[in-house]
Amino acid sequence: MVEIESRANAGAREYITFRIGSQYYCIDIMSVREIRGWTPATRLPRAPGYVRGVINLRGVVLPIIDLADRLGFTPTEPTARHVIIVAQTGKQVVGLLVDAVSDIIDMAADKVQPTPDVGSEAARAFVVGVMAIEDRMISLIALESLMPAQVGEAA
Amino acid sequence: MDPMQAIRETFFQECEEQLGELETGLLSMQEGAADDETVNAVFRAVHSIKGGAGAFKLDRLVKFAHVFETTLDKIRTGQLAPAPALMKTMLRAADVLADLVAVSRDGGAFDDNRSNELIAELSGHSGAPQAEPQASEEMPEANPFAALGWEPVTLEIGPELKEYVIGFRPKPELYAKGNETTRLMRELSRLGSLSVHCEIADVPLLANLEPEQSYLSWRATLRSDQDLATVQAVFEFVDGDCHLDIEAVDSTHLPELPALEIAPEVEAEESAPDPVAEAKVAASATPEPPKTVASAPETRAPREPAKAEAGGAGAAAQNTIRVDLDRVDRLINLVGELVINQAMLTQRVLEAGAVKNASISTGLEDLEHLTRDIQESVMAIRAQPVRPLFQRMSRIVREIADATGKNVRLKTEGEGAEVDRTVIERLADPLTHMIRNAVDHGLERPEARIAAGKPPQGEVRLSAAHRSGRVVIEIADDGRGIDRSKVKAIAIKKGLIPADALLSDVEIDNLLFLPGFSTAETVSNISGRGVGMDVVKRSIQALGGRISITTRVGHGSTFSLSLPLTLAVLDGMVVKVADQTLVVPLNAILETMKPKSGEVYGLGPDSQVIGIRGGFTPLIDVGYELGFRAHRADPMSGVTLLIETEGGMRSALMVDAIQDQRQVVIKSLEANYGHVDGIAAATILGDGRIALILDTDAVVHRSSGRSASSEMLLAG
Repeated sequence: MVEIESRANAGAREYITFRIGSQYYCIDIMSVREIRGWTPATRLPRAPGYVRGVINLRGVVLPIIDLADRLGFTPTEPTARHVIIVAQTGKQVVGLLVDAVSDIIDMAADKVQPTPDVGSEAARAFVVGVMAIEDRMISLIALESLMPAQVGEAA
Repeated sequence: MDPMQAIRETFFQECEEQLGELETGLLSMQEGAADDETVNAVFRAVHSIKGGAGAFKLDRLVKFAHVFETTLDKIRTGQLAPAPALMKTMLRAADVLADLVAVSRDGGAFDDNRSNELIAELSGHSGAPQAEPQASEEMPEANPFAALGWEPVTLEIGPELKEYVIGFRPKPELYAKGNETTRLMRELSRLGSLSVHCEIADVPLLANLEPEQSYLSWRATLRSDQDLATVQAVFEFVDGDCHLDIEAVDSTHLPELPALEIAPEVEAEESAPDPVAEAKVAASATPEPPKTVASAPETRAPREPAKAEAGGAGAAAQNTIRVDLDRVDRLINLVGELVINQAMLTQRVLEAGAVKNASISTGLEDLEHLTRDIQESVMAIRAQPVRPLFQRMSRIVREIADATGKNVRLKTEGEGAEVDRTVIERLADPLTHMIRNAVDHGLERPEARIAAGKPPQGEVRLSAAHRSGRVVIEIADDGRGIDRSKVKAIAIKKGLIPADALLSDVEIDNLLFLPGFSTAETVSNISGRGVGMDVVKRSIQALGGRISITTRVGHGSTFSLSLPLTLAVLDGMVVKVADQTLVVPLNAILETMKPKSGEVYGLGPDSQVIGIRGGFTPLIDVGYELGFRAHRADPMSGVTLLIETEGGMRSALMVDAIQDQRQVVIKSLEANYGHVDGIAAATILGDGRIALILDTDAVVHRSSGRSASSEMLLAG
């Protein structure tokens, strides 16, 4: 009883974690609509490099963001084993291209620590917090900042 | 939404329909078709608006509608003849009524003088003959008896107390519309002494009772000195929503004199060849006293045709439903998915090599036919006839004819042609503008027309027709036609073309569509307010349409609009550009060609032009322009599409190859991403992949260095 109460107070949430290179990242599971395999995307003219293009998600035009590229790593060379996390941010639905989904974790909101002050601009812009699980550090990604700025405004 | 607000909205929607009916009816009355049905339809329209307006306390509307209705009633009962002068007033009254409805709905100022003026005018028309005794109503009653030579005494229903037996059985719709039996009965009781009996025999057991059904019926006996029409008037507002059966029983005479019942029946059948023989036959049959008597007054009553009509209207109302547009759009989207999925399935089966199996390929073909059928049927839901749009135009013509002192007749054809609702909505402004132009610039004044050997009355013809999957709307006038030398002179004066330009007739006609062109020497307040034909052309193009002019000097001009039937699909050419598949809207493409060596010239460091039939047209490499390749491709290796952009400029777009020409379903790119310059929307091809639809105007703008903010966003 006590435990449930404390969990409710702390606002425990579930996060879906994935790996980019050797680092672990996660997003709130409530914003994830589905996870699907990679399919070739149609390029968009003059779009930023991390926008891989658009794919057909059952009739919806879904923009794909290469998360590694967006976070400043080397762009992904997508293969059939890569996955797309379809996530909702605001009114838009975006697909995040990642290597693989690793786990679903349970974490109380008060266990999420503020992002340490680091030099990487990408890290500061897209990581809203970090959390420790076992011997790993997992960074929580802010979905809303992933889309190109002018596009977000236009839409 | 607030329920009251919803009802209010429905009322105004219905008002629109009624106003349309009203206008159509008045116009056909003006043409001389003043049959009962038309007059009744017109009367009903005004009457319904008045009724609804009363419920919403729209007093100005009620007041005006009432005067209007009174005049119409006079026409209906034959006291007023629908003379041309009166019809003109009526049409203007219809315009004022429409304005009053609009003001009541959207708020805004309304000049009371206008309505008062017309109220005075209408009263003037209806007032004068009012002084005459209401002979016409009395006549048919008296005449037959005189002809038959019968004693009038026997049938005298007189002003004494009459007894009416009223059978009233409400349909569920009556309750749905907020009417109530109690109120009607209370109303009846004001006419005389009333006794009401409620029939409960039809009420089912509780288990079988449907709460929204109507099970009760009433039988009322009314003794009153009022005539049948007055009694029927009580039920005026529930007409068609109930089974109503009013029988007038003359309690004093009838039981003793059964043989006399035949008389009214004979009288009712005006054309009975031999009344005496008829009477004999009828007399020998077993008489059914109340029924036969009832039939006579009912035939005479002026309401009768209206009642039959109302029955018809009730039936029509049951055949249509109001559906939220969002739901229809969702259905259309889903069907779009279905079409794409079907195409994907077919392609996959082909790839899997299963075509050899006859049953699979037959099944696939059936599926394809079915999906096409479904798609067409669903598109048809959004389609609406252009009639209301055309009806609005007749008003515009009237107003402009008045303002310019010209005598104009608008002839409409093909009002039943159906187009997507959005197309109709977005067509109103350009069409208004073109109609204004036709009357203001196209038609001559009556004197000039007579001098030219034409009838003084000019004619503007507005027609719609389906032609090969598109709708073609034509606005034709029989005026003076386009003076090409004048057009050219103006274009040169305004610096739109060089003074020594050699232009073909078609090219000169197309100068009208250039921004900044206006032929009217003096700017009138009707047309030529700076909103030119270029705006018209752009709005038509934004709808995926094209506009063209044909003109014969002295015989008039015709503007033709060719529009897609729907905005959900688009005819496109599927092309390959730097490994990407793109769709180019077919309506933009004039022709396709393969450039030969020596036809392409460099112009400056970064531009190319292509020589086409002696002229030079900018050549745009689509792949380079969209950033799909870093360097220009060899023009000789590709195909060029000659396109026309807004403002009538031509450009040649270079693509690698043309793959296909097909109808594609338009998908929004903005919904999940945002606007991409040079791209109008997206679509999904048969292989399930997304292809982008090119915004040709934006590509050309961009290439010519101007910042492009094209309005050709196909999907929002």
